[in-house]
Amino acid sequence: MSDTPLLAIENLAIALPQGAERPLAVDNISLTLARNEILCIVGESGSGKSMTAHAVMGLLPQPHVRATAGRILYQGEDLLAARPDRLRALRGHKLGMIFQEPMTALHPIMRVEAQITEVIQQHAPLGSTALRARVTELLLAVGLPDPDRLRSAWPHRLSGGQRQRVMIAMALALGPDILIADEPTTALDVTTQAQILALIRRIQAERQMGVMLITHDFGVVAEVADRVAVMQHGRIVETGPVAQILSAPQHPYTQSLIAAVPRLLAAPRPPPEDAPVVLQAEQVRKTFRQRSWIPGRGTEVAAVRDVSLALRRGETVGIVGESGSGKSTFARCVVRLLNPDSGAIRLHGTDIVPLGRAALRPHRRRIQMVFQDPYASLNPRRRVGDIIAAGPMAHGTPRAEAERRADELLALVGLDAAAATRYPHEFSGGQRQRIGLARALAMEPDVLVADEPVSALDVSVQAQVLALLAEVRARLNLSMLFITHDLRVAAQVCDRVAVMYRGEIVELRPTAELFARPEHPYVRELLAAVPGQGWLPAIQG
Amino acid sequence: MRDFLRRFARNKGALIGAAVLALVVALALLAPFLFPEDPWEITGPPFRRPGEMGFLLGTDTLGRDVAAGIAHGARVTLLLSLVSTAVALSIGVVLGAIAGYHGGWVDDLVMRFTEFFQTIPNFILLVVLVAIFTPSITSIVVAIGIVSWPPLARIVRGEFLTLRSREFVQAAEVLGQGSGRIIFGEILPNALSPVIVSASLMVATAVLLESALSFLGLGDPNLMSWGYMIGASRTVIRQAWWISCFPGIAIALTVLALNLVGEGLSDALNPRLARKRGA
Repeated sequence: MSDTPLLAIENLAIALPQGAERPLAVDNISLTLARNEILCIVGESGSGKSMTAHAVMGLLPQPHVRATAGRILYQGEDLLAARPDRLRALRGHKLGMIFQEPMTALHPIMRVEAQITEVIQQHAPLGSTALRARVTELLLAVGLPDPDRLRSAWPHRLSGGQRQRVMIAMALALGPDILIADEPTTALDVTTQAQILALIRRIQAERQMGVMLITHDFGVVAEVADRVAVMQHGRIVETGPVAQILSAPQHPYTQSLIAAVPRLLAAPRPPPEDAPVVLQAEQVRKTFRQRSWIPGRGTEVAAVRDVSLALRRGETVGIVGESGSGKSTFARCVVRLLNPDSGAIRLHGTDIVPLGRAALRPHRRRIQMVFQDPYASLNPRRRVGDIIAAGPMAHGTPRAEAERRADELLALVGLDAAAATRYPHEFSGGQRQRIGLARALAMEPDVLVADEPVSALDVSVQAQVLALLAEVRARLNLSMLFITHDLRVAAQVCDRVAVMYRGEIVELRPTAELFARPEHPYVRELLAAVPGQGWLPAIQG
Repeated sequence: MRDFLRRFARNKGALIGAAVLALVVALALLAPFLFPEDPWEITGPPFRRPGEMGFLLGTDTLGRDVAAGIAHGARVTLLLSLVSTAVALSIGVVLGAIAGYHGGWVDDLVMRFTEFFQTIPNFILLVVLVAIFTPSITSIVVAIGIVSWPPLARIVRGEFLTLRSREFVQAAEVLGQGSGRIIFGEILPNALSPVIVSASLMVATAVLLESALSFLGLGDPNLMSWGYMIGASRTVIRQAWWISCFPGIAIALTVLALNLVGEGLSDALNPRLARKRGA
């Protein structure tokens, strides 16, 4: 390690346009990144962490957002003062960046090889043989097998993890000194995330790079960081070596953030074994078919294959799986947003699968759903009070009574009664999720199906919403089907957990048991992939 | 709402269009007071030039007042185009909503039906319909409505297809709300912006269609309209330009104003697009 840092940010301030929620996105921050270290910048959404990364790359959406003070020194050269052509020469060559969304960060109609060679030819042109060899070398370096087949693939043919690897290959093409990774694993499944983090770690060590990794996830921090900077409202509240930040955080905000991280440790709960079964799914099967005009060319995807599950009164069963495992499809079959191809779903003993729209209506009350996206799940054109009262009114409750009940429910989920007359866009994500919960509770259901209810929320808000769900469930003695991709969340809220893999439940057992002694190899793999495991239980004690 | 008006007002063209449109509407409303006599009435000698003998815009081949014709024609034209757009809206929105909401074979059926109408040239179908049902104000309104609903149905269907899979619609479904309530209460209010924009442009098209029909002599014989005035005087355009020129200007201005307003609405309702254009 040399004495002058690779990258030094000094008193950087970034102004937001007028009318934004605060005048400065980033307010007087100073950071250093040394050669051969991974610096993690952690913060919740809106903390200014991504702005900082974009400022280094000169990617701020100017002129609305621009750096107003401070310097960003790359080996002593101020990047903020650099001319555009100098900046362009540095980008790609000395500074590499990878983005959050591998889906959109790659050019959709350029083959993998063309995307990588473009970077090289821009900065340090090579002959065609050398170029080909270089691409092969890069693809192998990021752990992509069979580079000769992959180089001519289109991005949409690749999985999320493969795309992120191609992105990393592009960033590495010219052997940069600094790699900036903006939430590189947020859009990925947990097993893929573990692989990509390991890859970043390995490449960083091999090439002695400085890596600045932006994340909201303390698990990721624990997994890869050497040093950590915690950001809140555009300021750095704390920096330090990873061990110190994780085990002895000084600043109250850091402490609260770390406390809000759900632990991968299930508290053993008394199983409500004698309680009556409220919901029983038997051999539920759902296949999606893509029809085609050419006979035999249609495709079939078996999303849910013969899933059976019983839910008792007052019990929470988690359904955990990666994207494409069929967990959401199953949830949508249970609430009959989708019609299963075969199987039975018994609600209090009545099979609701064969029921038509009209016959189903009286049963709709009994089973309600909380959705994932707090921004899409509320009708933007209706007042919150109307949204909550709509369900009971559709079932014949008089308006006055439904509205009175809506006010009570708003209080129950911790919102002011004045919220009833406002529109959804006036609320934050966490508040909207509370409104969504109130809407479901207005029907006085026996079963609540929650489809990733906290995955779009910041970790501190997530903790609040989870606490609210637990409280409501206990108070109303609800049964809950809790869909999540996050094993840590599942460990916190579920009595039993079902792990789904390729449309099937591979393991269904009480949470504590499943986490302590997973039997199925996939479940073991899944549990092993949760980032930051070495750290989390230690904090618990 | 205030936000919407501010964005609308930022577009100069839209403001001008709205002003012109307001003038035309005022002219239509005030026609019975400005020109109390029947526009078909012969009020003076034929072929008077504009300004002569107190006729502001002159008289036509039979001695009828051109200005009175334009004022009364404005009533007919505006009424016809508004009502026929309403007819097109009611067909297009309902069919598009049904197709987009239900999907599957319903969608296929409705869309094939829509395409059937789209494959026949608009104006030919219009002429045929009006000729079959004998020209009257009702048949013209209905015929214009029938030829102009397909694009609307497609727009509404597209909006419904995307909105149907949104979570708030699924939530309404889970709550057990009826299809009618979901279509009209939940989805339609969110699909209105493009419908409003294309409806405003459709009014302009309706003005043109109606004028063209009257020009061909397929207008309602009891109603004075701009198209009829041009059609009746086209043989004497060399001797008496004013008889066809002023109704022509009226049509051009009205259509232009409607298009400008439509454009302004589009910008105001889709603020992201508007910013890109730098308006």
